[in-house]
Amino acid sequence: MKEIPALCRVFAYLSLLTVGGGMAAFPEMKILTVDVHHWLTFPQLVHIYSVGQMAPGPNMMMIVAIGEWAGGILGAVVVVIAFFGPTALLTFSVGRIWNRLAKRPWRSSIQQGLAPVSIGLLLAGCFTLAKGAVTGLDTATIAVATLLILLKYKINPALLVLAAAVIGALSFVPK
Amino acid sequence: MSEALQPSVQENAATRQGTLAESATVLQVFLEFLLIGATSFGGGVVAYLRNALVAKRHWLDDKTFVELLSISQSLPGLNATNMAILVGDRLRGISGAFAAIIGICLPGGALMFAVGMFYQQHGDHAIATAALKGVAAAAVGLILATAVQLGKRSLERTSDLVFVALTIVGVNRLHQSVLTVLAVVGLVAIVWYRPGQKKPSMP
Repeated sequence: MKEIPALCRVFAYLSLLTVGGGMAAFPEMKILTVDVHHWLTFPQLVHIYSVGQMAPGPNMMMIVAIGEWAGGILGAVVVVIAFFGPTALLTFSVGRIWNRLAKRPWRSSIQQGLAPVSIGLLLAGCFTLAKGAVTGLDTATIAVATLLILLKYKINPALLVLAAAVIGALSFVPK
Repeated sequence: MSEALQPSVQENAATRQGTLAESATVLQVFLEFLLIGATSFGGGVVAYLRNALVAKRHWLDDKTFVELLSISQSLPGLNATNMAILVGDRLRGISGAFAAIIGICLPGGALMFAVGMFYQQHGDHAIATAALKGVAAAAVGLILATAVQLGKRSLERTSDLVFVALTIVGVNRLHQSVLTVLAVVGLVAIVWYRPGQKKPSMP
């Protein structure tokens, strides 16, 4: 119960960092949920984020699990509202006045400027995730194989992640 | 290809506002987004959205869809939820927006709630840890693939690559907060592409 205000603050803040996608907020999410508030460990965050990639819908619903661990059902609900509320409100408002904004010349500058920054944030988030996920030659092989297969073939990524789970379960169990 | 389109589609495009408002109730909006939220496995929700809203339901035409997508991408927030808000609002105003975002979040949220409880009880079992190790490695590959695909589409100039690199260095090497990097590099990039700058012609 005492974590509720902190959950609300942290996830409302993270919400505003999700430029170009949820991954942009990952480095900050690691610092705040793991290092500052100790709601979970870094390996747990890496695990739950990765499992979340298999879930349908918006790819950040893993935040529900963090909310639940830190604050029960109420925590889960608070986290969802805090994480989606601010950006939903912003998008709703901008959507209503977009046609007026559309004629401003700066709008296309903003789009052009934010495109490379959001890809940079995606990669920065990916490197933070990789620090916890790619720990040796075995995991590096899975990561590279996934990358190459996805670039070469049109296949549902969820199936590849599932296949990696099976490979992991068969080969990574300590003897 | 456009010759083959049904007359109803053309009618829809012609009398967009009127027909659309009548063709979707709040409940229909909710159920459609619930279905997308429950079936869009493997990320790439945008493709599922286009398929359902443009191709199947004819609630939007392609031009409007792309326009709403470009709003979604220029604002913070996930594409999936931003699109839900914008489409929901177009179709049914504020209650449509609520119905759409709740619909698209509900299935994945409920699933991750269950996964979270299960993980808490069984996450430290040897087999679970081993499987998760594989899953996490694959997730890294998946995100890299997304970055490459996005990059191919939107990075055209050397300056774009410089801004990508500056962003990564700022977050991962200089350990600045995402907000600082976003404010500094984002602002420089926007000013760099300020109005009046000539876009290089496509090769």
